[in-house]
Amino acid sequence: MSKRWYIAIAVLAVIAGGLALAVWEPAIPAADEASRQDFSPGQVERGKVLAGIGNCGTCHTVSPDKPFAGGVEFPSPFGSLYSTNISPHPQDGIGRWPREAFVRAMREGVSREGSHLYPAFPFTHFKNITDEDLDALYAYFMTREPVAYTPPQNDLSFPFNLRFLQWGWKLLFFDPDPWQPDPERGEQWNRGAYLAKGLGHCSACHTPRNFMQAEKKDRAYAGALVDNWYATALDESQPVPVHWDRESLYEYLREGTSRFQGVAVGSMGEVVHRGLRLAPDSDIRALATYTESLSGGRNNGNSRQIAAETITAAQQRARSEYSPGEELYVAACAACHYNDPQDPLAVRAELSLNSAVTADDPTNLLRVVMEGVGTGAGTPTLVMPGFSTLSDENLVALADFLRERSNLPPWKNLRKRIGELRELHRQSQPSATGKAGEQP
Amino acid sequence: MTTEFKINARPVRVDVPEDTPLLWVIRDDLGYTGTKFGCGIGLCGACTVHVNGRATRSCITPVKDVANSVVTTIEGLAENGHPLLETWVEAQTPQCGYCQPGQIMQAAAMLRDFPNPTDEQINQVMSGNFCRCMAYVRIREAIRMAAQRMQAGSGRPQEADHA
Repeated sequence: MSKRWYIAIAVLAVIAGGLALAVWEPAIPAADEASRQDFSPGQVERGKVLAGIGNCGTCHTVSPDKPFAGGVEFPSPFGSLYSTNISPHPQDGIGRWPREAFVRAMREGVSREGSHLYPAFPFTHFKNITDEDLDALYAYFMTREPVAYTPPQNDLSFPFNLRFLQWGWKLLFFDPDPWQPDPERGEQWNRGAYLAKGLGHCSACHTPRNFMQAEKKDRAYAGALVDNWYATALDESQPVPVHWDRESLYEYLREGTSRFQGVAVGSMGEVVHRGLRLAPDSDIRALATYTESLSGGRNNGNSRQIAAETITAAQQRARSEYSPGEELYVAACAACHYNDPQDPLAVRAELSLNSAVTADDPTNLLRVVMEGVGTGAGTPTLVMPGFSTLSDENLVALADFLRERSNLPPWKNLRKRIGELRELHRQSQPSATGKAGEQP
Repeated sequence: MTTEFKINARPVRVDVPEDTPLLWVIRDDLGYTGTKFGCGIGLCGACTVHVNGRATRSCITPVKDVANSVVTTIEGLAENGHPLLETWVEAQTPQCGYCQPGQIMQAAAMLRDFPNPTDEQINQVMSGNFCRCMAYVRIREAIRMAAQRMQAGSGRPQEADHA
């Protein structure tokens, strides 16, 4: 072999070695279990509230008898990821993670053992959490019941199964510097921004992602389909006729219901009814203030007037010749959803204003129509039954009618989407037993 | 699977599969046969009951969705008394009568949201409750009479079916 070859091999080796050094993260030694005793009750309690704001339980709990033990599946184009056990179990969970390892995982996306975590875990947001809040979260998780449970192994295709490649992902898409408060804005806005950008990781669902699953920075809060629910647009493109303002956002985030824009179901139902339930009012107000600002001030304080005009126009549009969709609407929907234009009621979700009807994506409307809304989601105590007995043809007709009534173009590919969602619904059902489905 | 709820102010516990329609539990397991089976797909209104005070079509509502809720049927409405029950007779509303329990439950719920309804409002809200005898004109009449009585304060129903 010529001398030139030796040099080339040596150069490559140096590059590979340098890269390995950059990619490599050291393991942090496991802590004694005994070292987790000294948490104050106040700190644990604060951690509980914070874990709710972060909605940790939804992604890290597959069933209520295994809290924080992981195992929830996250499908992606590259295969499936499963959330990890974050209960303090010494082997299966994070019971032997010292604080330093917890903080590194939250801020840098690196496990105690030194491997890179996938960005399905939103360390890209959690980097913004203060030391004090991280301490409270650590205290909370370390004082939970240890759950012996090993989540399924990730099932990703090559090369995405190589964790060290996440180093490259971070190089491209992760800015490790934490968010800084904006001195131009008030205290409430800054508090809301801190919660939304950090622990709350709102944009993780509400922002579309690129082909490498990183949030598209230039389309922040433009709306995205996540886990078969559509996280609606909150930026200035938000299609709701009455734009979100801090009052409607406060009601929605606190109670799960806003008068003009709709109710919190699906993933957002969990955020509101489980996650934010313990958050203090001041934090909900702060989140509302920040979220309102995302639309660039599109609500001009004339919500009632716009609502009245929109509802009146929708009712007039519907008063033509009955279409099959309108017949279904009259028979199945109007009894609960008809409103006086001057005084639409939150408990009678007005469909011409509703974010599920006005969104660019039909998923939320189709799922609510087919699956209904139980008392634990949406407006507490209110039940909407599911109309999964409607045929695909009927569902398309109804969706087309509701869009037309709101003066919006019909959604495309409805039939395909209905088929997918029916399949999803079937899989989530307990095996059909007993007499349900038979004629009485 | 055990589900607990209140029906007509009585606590009950039923052991049926969680996806059993509420209507079947009401009629078959609890014996309240006033509520009727119509279409079975939530499109005719005959099975309308109140869940936490709001009209709900019980034939497509799985029993798990009413856990810890308050369910009221036509029997419960009768126990508490309601002006609609009087005006329904005075207006000679029923013909065959099959859809009437559902009509009355839907109308009672409507009068909460629209205490003084216009004909337009009655038509919009009640059009999903079908009456094959075509008693619609007298249904509307009975609702108007009940609304007037409730406005006058002489026949305010007890709000017993709120959660």
